[in-house]
Amino acid sequence: MSTLSTTAAPAGRRRPAPAAGRGAGRRVSALARAELRLLVRNRTALFNALALPPMMVGLFASLGGLGEQAGALQGAVLVNLLTFMALAFVVYYNLTVALVARREELVLKRYLVGESSRAEILAGTAVPAVAVALAQTALGIAAVSVFLEPPAFVNPLLVVVAIVGGSVMLTVLAAATSGLSRTVESAQLTTLPLLIVAIPFAGLFGAPGASEGVLGTIGTFTPLRPVTDLMLLGTAGLDGGEVVTFAETFGAAAVPVAVLAAWTALGVLASRRWMRWEPRR
Amino acid sequence: MTSEPIIHVRGARRRYGTFEAVRGVDLDVHRGELVALLGTNGAGKTSFVELVEGLAPADGGTVRVLGHDPYRERRQVVGSLGIMLQSAGFSGDLTVAETARTWARTLSRPRRVGDVLGAVGLAHRADVRVASLSGGEKRRLDLALATMGDPELLFLDEPTTGLDPESRRATWGLVRGMLEAGTTVLLTTHYLEEAEQLADRIAIMRAGRVARSGSVADIVGAEPARVEAVVRNAGGREVTPAVADLPALAGVVGAPEVDRTGRLRLRTTRLQDDLFTLLQWADARRLRLDDLDARSASLEQAFLALDDAPDAHDTTTRPEEAAA
Repeated sequence: MSTLSTTAAPAGRRRPAPAAGRGAGRRVSALARAELRLLVRNRTALFNALALPPMMVGLFASLGGLGEQAGALQGAVLVNLLTFMALAFVVYYNLTVALVARREELVLKRYLVGESSRAEILAGTAVPAVAVALAQTALGIAAVSVFLEPPAFVNPLLVVVAIVGGSVMLTVLAAATSGLSRTVESAQLTTLPLLIVAIPFAGLFGAPGASEGVLGTIGTFTPLRPVTDLMLLGTAGLDGGEVVTFAETFGAAAVPVAVLAAWTALGVLASRRWMRWEPRR
Repeated sequence: MTSEPIIHVRGARRRYGTFEAVRGVDLDVHRGELVALLGTNGAGKTSFVELVEGLAPADGGTVRVLGHDPYRERRQVVGSLGIMLQSAGFSGDLTVAETARTWARTLSRPRRVGDVLGAVGLAHRADVRVASLSGGEKRRLDLALATMGDPELLFLDEPTTGLDPESRRATWGLVRGMLEAGTTVLLTTHYLEEAEQLADRIAIMRAGRVARSGSVADIVGAEPARVEAVVRNAGGREVTPAVADLPALAGVVGAPEVDRTGRLRLRTTRLQDDLFTLLQWADARRLRLDDLDARSASLEQAFLALDDAPDAHDTTTRPEEAAA
């Protein structure tokens, strides 16, 4: 049958199936450019993306929550705090809102009829948010290096794992959350559970407080905790209040990496189950 | 060797819970054809077309597009399809050109954005935000995106709804141009005139099945023509002829009737012969046939007649097709 249809095709009109590899990059970048334009033109989203994370860092710093670590450690804690806020508010919250908005304005439905796969559409929508989170981290490192002391970067690989892995995890969790949000406004509520649960347990300040006892054990398995653990390990070699060496960071990273992977896998399952590509009729 | 149809559907079914929206549809569309799918709201047109577009899996039967299962093997066919949905949205904060360029970059073989916007008459609106476009302009932007990839097979779901008559004709012109270039089109529409203007073949859906299919001439040809007139004598006075006074008409369907206003109505399958007989009859009796109106059946008439039929059974499954 396939030979039949091939010979029946007028010359020059038959075309090969779109190549998966390079085509995927081209499609994701096309969607990402459009999404970036929309971010720049939406003042609320732009404020959340650019101003909110540094303001949160300023808030925590002024409340004196940063403890009394030495300069380099304090720098690491500040950088981690900024990265964390960027991931939580820009990647998770803003992306959830963006996905709900695109769904309700029937843009996701339009993209689906085109050549892009679901994963590509999701990635394209997420790229600007992830890029902003990366930029926030870079600026944070620069600011800390200028005003305090540069972080030691005991294991930079773990920093990359924290940011990239955290972005992927929060992207799929945002996809799942968007499916539970009927409107852009209700996304403000549906994103709260993750943010409220995760922030107290995230071990943001490098202090041992959150890592002790039953609560500490529970905290270890909350979704945003591995991001903090890996960031602090990677930037300062900080493992629950102790400073460890480069070699020791790998052992200490095992549990956070496993937790991060587990939440990412859960997020994929949840987004497959809950994410919707068009409004409920 | 006959070419395989570009769309080949046998016994397609689609269920939503316990409701079966598509109940065993057969359809072949050949390369270069435009087939129009008609039907009232809720007849299952969009549910069916989504199966062919590969947006949903069929719950039964076979759906092949360009030789592939359009849902499971979507990668293989999607680059050859252009799809204009009945309702798909835009990001209002992007301009027309930005929207079109974004779409073009996701396609494997995009046409030039400027050309496509020009073809749908939106070139002068390129820098306007989509939120500021009128409903008709948005519909034309929809069409621009659907045709951007120079598709082999184009799906148009109510493409001219909300368009003014001029834009509607411009859209028809665009579709004709694509047909001439070899594109195959599956059109869903509420406008019977649109189907008459564009379609090589028509399939009328009713309650999840194709109730009738064929060329416009086939479908309309099966419907009798109508003749109406008010009969007056030489002095201009209205006369009400008794049905028995009328001449014998070769193709008359049912009995001619004369309504209370004296208007004679009849339906015939042999319009020319019977009209001639009627005119001779009037001439011999020195009668005038005022307001004479003789017309072949329209697609609308065929469409409405189908809805009146108590049970429109599936007339499309010809034995040779079912065996294929």
